[in-house]
Amino acid sequence: MEVVVQIVFGLIALFILVAAVMVVAVRNVIHSALWLIACFFGVGALYLLLEAEFLAVVQVLVYVGAVSVLILFAIMLTRQISGEGSRQLTARWPVVLAITVLLFATVMAPTLINQQWNVPPAPPLGTPEPLAGPAELGRGFVNEFLIQFQVVGVLLTVALIGAIVIAFEERARRRKVLTLAEELELKRLRARDAQVATPEPIEAEPVAQETRPANKG
Amino acid sequence: MLNAVPLPAVLTLAAALFCVGLFGALSRRNLIGVLMGVELMLNAVNINLVAFWRYFEPRYITGQTFAIFIIAVAAAEAAVGLAMVIAVYRHYVSVNADEIDQLRG
Repeated sequence: MEVVVQIVFGLIALFILVAAVMVVAVRNVIHSALWLIACFFGVGALYLLLEAEFLAVVQVLVYVGAVSVLILFAIMLTRQISGEGSRQLTARWPVVLAITVLLFATVMAPTLINQQWNVPPAPPLGTPEPLAGPAELGRGFVNEFLIQFQVVGVLLTVALIGAIVIAFEERARRRKVLTLAEELELKRLRARDAQVATPEPIEAEPVAQETRPANKG
Repeated sequence: MLNAVPLPAVLTLAAALFCVGLFGALSRRNLIGVLMGVELMLNAVNINLVAFWRYFEPRYITGQTFAIFIIAVAAAEAAVGLAMVIAVYRHYVSVNADEIDQLRG
């Protein structure tokens, strides 16, 4: 039984870490967001293993359901095709990598492993453990954590209004945003133009053709 | 779970996830990539909280409540952050963090 739990924990940990590394390493931002969803699922599975079922459900609902959709929408609204395929990390990434690896290897891991955690002994197998579940959580939200609960509600409302205010754009200031098809066509025409212009720079016809679709919309 | 997997194993996993998220937040060029790194770090913190709850005081709800509040705050942060990314993109026509170097609109 214990070996099974250990194997499951190892698989979940591996899955989470691989997904997280892919999130920061993959070039395509959309793939990165999809790996982020996989990582959220892995964390939810870890919550299940830690017997926090309600938190696992909340994780899937909020992170997988809401936050990742938000991220995907933001990517779709801000993506430039011309910027795709270029490098995704800043030039200083080796320094950052060294800092984070050193932070983990010299500070975090030794501290966590050498610390004497006075974990209370687990009850023997077979006896049900007194675990706080969703019922206790709900009771806590209307009793001892009532004020915090209300404050979080206000915070979410303020964040919602703030997000709308920040992202709102007056109609008069709206500029023309090319659709994906128009942008692709423009890119293709530019590429063809560059191809044509190099061997025969005198020829005038492709230049006249190139200006046409730019003001199509 | 308590007997099979020691607490430091879970905490080390959370620390590794935090470091990966930190690397992403500090070294991605894309602003949305930076936000994704922040989300990873928040998840790592939540794993820590749930692990401490499970190993130390499973009969009290404080640890889980804290984790739920952090999830709510993370959702608010993601909404405002992505709205700001969209506003910045509208002004600079770019989401590259290195090109955005002034706060004036």
